[in-house]
Amino acid sequence: MIELDGISRFFQVGEEEVHALESVDLLIRDGEYLSLMGPSGSGKSTLLNILGLLDRPTDGRYLLDGRDTTTLDEREQAQVPGQKVGFVFQSFHLVPRLTAFENIELPLLLAGVAPAARNERVDRALAAVGLEDRARHRPDQLSGGQRQRIAIARATIMRPAVLLADEPTGNLDSASGADVIRVLENLNSEGLTLVVVTHDMDVGRRAARQLRMVDGRIVADALAGRP
Amino acid sequence: MRALDVIGFALQSLRRSPARSLLMLLATAIGVAAVVVLTALGEGARRYVTGEFASLGTNLVIVIPGRSETTGASPALFAGETPRDLTVADAEALTRSALVNQVAPIMVGSASASFGSRLREVPVIGSTAEMLEVRRWKLAAGSFLPAGDWSRGATVCVIGEKIRSELFADEPAIGQWLRIGDWRFRVVGVLASEGRSIGVDVQELVLIPVASAEALFNSPALFRVLVEARSREVMPRVTKFVRETLRERHQGEEDVTVITQDAVLATFDRIFQALTMTLGGIAAISLAVAGILIMNVMLVAVSQRTAEIGLLKALGADQRRITVLFLAEAVLLSWFGALFGLLVGGLGSWTIGRVYPALDVVAPLWAVVAGTTVAIVTGLVFGIMPARRAARLDPIRALAG
Repeated sequence: MIELDGISRFFQVGEEEVHALESVDLLIRDGEYLSLMGPSGSGKSTLLNILGLLDRPTDGRYLLDGRDTTTLDEREQAQVPGQKVGFVFQSFHLVPRLTAFENIELPLLLAGVAPAARNERVDRALAAVGLEDRARHRPDQLSGGQRQRIAIARATIMRPAVLLADEPTGNLDSASGADVIRVLENLNSEGLTLVVVTHDMDVGRRAARQLRMVDGRIVADALAGRP
Repeated sequence: MRALDVIGFALQSLRRSPARSLLMLLATAIGVAAVVVLTALGEGARRYVTGEFASLGTNLVIVIPGRSETTGASPALFAGETPRDLTVADAEALTRSALVNQVAPIMVGSASASFGSRLREVPVIGSTAEMLEVRRWKLAAGSFLPAGDWSRGATVCVIGEKIRSELFADEPAIGQWLRIGDWRFRVVGVLASEGRSIGVDVQELVLIPVASAEALFNSPALFRVLVEARSREVMPRVTKFVRETLRERHQGEEDVTVITQDAVLATFDRIFQALTMTLGGIAAISLAVAGILIMNVMLVAVSQRTAEIGLLKALGADQRRITVLFLAEAVLLSWFGALFGLLVGGLGSWTIGRVYPALDVVAPLWAVVAGTTVAIVTGLVFGIMPARRAARLDPIRALAG
């Protein structure tokens, strides 16, 4: 459960103060499927970064599972991305020198999970995205769709409650994009809260709840099927 | 994160850029190898020189005419006061102690020596039969100067190997008459060439009885008197005896310098130890340079890998973990570099030892330990800055590249 209460985020760009987010209130329940749309610079990515604790708000309160995130220390805060919240990026961000298997293994490695348990979990994650036979391939030997599926497997290997996807289909053709969306929706159907930032209306419309942002504010919050 | 995983991750990233890793490895290795080889050389030189001195016997007291005093005005400053000559009679007086084993007076000069039509200038040493044992010389052929009364100037000489070959060529030298200055000396012996001796080339000298040298050079002044004590324990007493005897004989004037072989040995030992330390220090500078190179390359690596660092943060790595990951790379490099350097250095000093068998080229343990430690510490110190810079990167900007 995510509760945003009057979240603002200002950046200083030269003399000017840019208001990326302005007093955003948002409640996301466990297992929801959200899409976040809006023009470039409307604050979608900033909101996503704040949700994943990669960025901190200038003002406002953010409760994650009932806990105020501003009271977390550096270590606890650093562990939220990866552990409680998974990230999927437009450009995949796979480590090029590591194989698909090793990329998925990375969060487990960082968390200090024992090697035997790691192998089992990575194998299962690979199977879940249908890429068991690509375990030993490096990212440059995989197609875009395959890379994004590896990235999703990596983002969910720590079993986070929330998955944040920033333009997950932005660098993919429509067939691969559809594959990726299917994988994400499967995860959502298993109870994972899914937030997808997208420019693609077709992708955005698939979500049960659709948010629209303009100039750092949420201007529309609609459940699918209703106006 | 588990230590093994940290090492595995670091190794993997080092393997990814082999050229970069190899260069850093090489820099550290050269530094460590330089420390090992240079200190091994210094240590070898020290052992060589102290070995030379030790071969002279460590219980020697050396008497030098003239007072060397570092405090007060030099006696020569006072008008008319010149040091008295050290004479053969003085040397003889020094034999009158139960603590003294034997005494060898030394007079030096140079004269022209000729045999047949061959003529050359030779260094001439006037001494006595005791000289052979005191200086641990060996004879290649014939006999040494005759023992007995020092004041009897026999017209015999002992020559070095090189003098022999230059003046006599293939003819047998023993029994021949050698003309030295206006005198003629019969050659009775040839010195073996392998005799070690500091400051004197035994291959190139002519030895005559000290009384003959007095006549040849027309002067009673000795160059040195070597006094061999019965044992090392009585050295201080022998030194005291020498000083007192000579003061008495020189009308209460202490106008000789008495040094012991031990003191000379200790001085050389200190000089060469300082030399070795200096060499080691210079080599250590190359280690510091290697450290700076490591830092430089790691900084470049950090800026090249910002996206990866951002990703690690997005995957839940805190600052400490990222610091550890990057530090591990620098430390692993310096460890392998040090290991590699020890190997190269050991091989290098072994080779030098092979080429110059006289030198005992072995790096002292302290240098090996210090070199390795400095290399490892360098990796840590110069690795920490890039690692911290990596850890402090803003994840969002890092991910954006």
